[in-house]
Amino acid sequence: MAEIRIENLRKEFGSFSAVEDSSFVVRDGEFLALLGPSGCGKTTTLRMIAGLELPTSGKIFLAGEDVTFNRARERDIAFVFQLFALYPHMSVRRNIGFPLLAQGVAKTEIRSRVEETARLLQIDHILDRSVSGLAGGDRQRVALGRAIVRRPKCFLMDEPLGTLDAEFRDLMVRELRELHNRIHATTVYVTHDQMEAMAMADKIAVMNHGVIEQFGTPQEIYNRPATMYVADFIGSPPMNFLRFTSGLRKGTRSVSLDGVDIPVPEIQQDLAQGELALGVRPEDIRFSDASSLRGCVYASEYHGTNQIVAVEMAKGLVKARVPADQNFRIGETVGLELNYEKLSVFDCESGRAVASSRYAEHHHG
Amino acid sequence: MSSVNSAHSVVAPGATSKRIAATIVIAYALITMVPLVWIVMTSFKSPPDSISYPPKVVFQPTLEGYCNLFTTRTRQTSDYIASLGAPTSTCDEITRSRNMVIAGPSNYWPRFQNSLVIAFGSTFLAVSLGTFAAYGFSRFKVPLAEDLLFFILSTRMMPPIAVAIPIYLMYRELGLSDTALGMILLYTAVNVSLAVWLLKGFIDEIPREYEEAAMIDGYTRMQAFFKVVLPQATTGIAATAIFCLIFAWNEYAFAVLLTSGAAQTAPPFIPTIIGEGGQDWPAVAAGTTIFVVPILVFTVLLRKQLLRGITFGAVRK
Repeated sequence: MAEIRIENLRKEFGSFSAVEDSSFVVRDGEFLALLGPSGCGKTTTLRMIAGLELPTSGKIFLAGEDVTFNRARERDIAFVFQLFALYPHMSVRRNIGFPLLAQGVAKTEIRSRVEETARLLQIDHILDRSVSGLAGGDRQRVALGRAIVRRPKCFLMDEPLGTLDAEFRDLMVRELRELHNRIHATTVYVTHDQMEAMAMADKIAVMNHGVIEQFGTPQEIYNRPATMYVADFIGSPPMNFLRFTSGLRKGTRSVSLDGVDIPVPEIQQDLAQGELALGVRPEDIRFSDASSLRGCVYASEYHGTNQIVAVEMAKGLVKARVPADQNFRIGETVGLELNYEKLSVFDCESGRAVASSRYAEHHHG
Repeated sequence: MSSVNSAHSVVAPGATSKRIAATIVIAYALITMVPLVWIVMTSFKSPPDSISYPPKVVFQPTLEGYCNLFTTRTRQTSDYIASLGAPTSTCDEITRSRNMVIAGPSNYWPRFQNSLVIAFGSTFLAVSLGTFAAYGFSRFKVPLAEDLLFFILSTRMMPPIAVAIPIYLMYRELGLSDTALGMILLYTAVNVSLAVWLLKGFIDEIPREYEEAAMIDGYTRMQAFFKVVLPQATTGIAATAIFCLIFAWNEYAFAVLLTSGAAQTAPPFIPTIIGEGGQDWPAVAAGTTIFVVPILVFTVLLRKQLLRGITFGAVRK
């Protein structure tokens, strides 16, 4: 197992820049999720780590060794493809044993290691089946088996759960994380599904247009989104933005929204007059008749344990997550109270979060 | 699973439409089989039966056509024939009944062997070259790939025989006239464009993840090609091989022009049978019947692949 270090990695396809100047480190045994919409460069990044694409510039280190231009087979990594890429003309046993065959491992040892891997993944009963008849979950396990049988330096996974049914996906998310806890392999996992990333990863890198918008733990990403993009991409429903025009002074503790003063975590930078946005998660909104921030109930979605209420405000639609037992009539006017300790302020022009006490106190480096 | 696979068909055909379709297919099959049945029947007729009018459907079968196909015979007096010992084979007996004796083997078998060597040899070469070229075009950024592919296709845009005279002159200069090698090269050149285009379609459909997986698993690209890509391209390769083989096997014009002796193939040879000893239609029919067999066997053996192969693109797996 090994650390993966990416330095200033760039990839261009003709005039299209797929990955722009990315740098990050995946520590030994860590599970990193590369999260972003399709076309954001996450798969390209993964393929460069694997050696399936060569970077335009930048460096890739595996366990301290510069492997930037090494061939895939020289990197000692395993890759799980989105469509699994199980060799259809081989049985489960031969699929799992195929990487060992390349290394010239003796037949008897291949046999025992394949069986050991199959037991670990609980697929030892289907070893002699053809892969073409397998169900999605089993295919997934075989693909994982082929990856772990060789005990590589790290695992790279490209949306491996993307084609599974929703119920299977939840199961596999659990299994994947359990597997990771057991074998502690450095893993880079590409997904567009924030729930998968949140549920499994130690660290998440949110990518957009070839740029890593934020790199951090799931908690950091969720609670202190570095950009409006991240705030909008993570969370369901995503963070609400209440736009307003103002300047900011260091030490400010409130902002004025349509003449209503709203307390915010202490601002720690000066900002010239411009368009700003107050970011608030749906669960940080409470209904309170006392509040002078008012809106009109537009719709409500019942989710069992809670409900998502959409409120039409002068600033646009705001979604609040409130207890399921509160009753609202459509069209009713309500007051909104924001949990000011958890508010973020964004500079709309740059899209970046404005430094505040809330961001500073946990921010490392 | 099947509902996923049948994404293209809107509804399953009803019983009536199936019956109509089956009737049309069977009728078509019967019509196309008439010439084949005619030839096979003629090959078992005696020469007088083969030219009788109206044609005989019921007749006394004889192997005379096959005997005449494989032998050369000389006419002898009945006294001489009577002086010989007992006939050593069925053919001997049939021949003597026509007041002839077998003088030796005919050229049919050597010509048939030439056909086998040239057709299978050129098919093997065209399909091998085509597979590698198609893989290259499918997987790598080949400079001017589109133009090259068009150029390869353009070799099929005129009938090959249009270049017969230059090829005839070239072959005479190079000493390739009437050689098996010359014919193999020629048929390969004609077939390789078909092979590249057909196989590129098949290889394009094989996800590149397979060989990427193999390369990550520790194999070189060449190993990945042989161990992973090739086994999955067998359908396409089989279909392509049959197309190439049928062309090379049946080719007549170049064979007439470029072969006359040692390397002559069966197609130009069969018509020459007719001149030996009058209009020997049963011998011609026998030659044709035997000539059909290899393609028939090859096609029947590979029919599954062929069926999937010629509907490529239409069926998604």
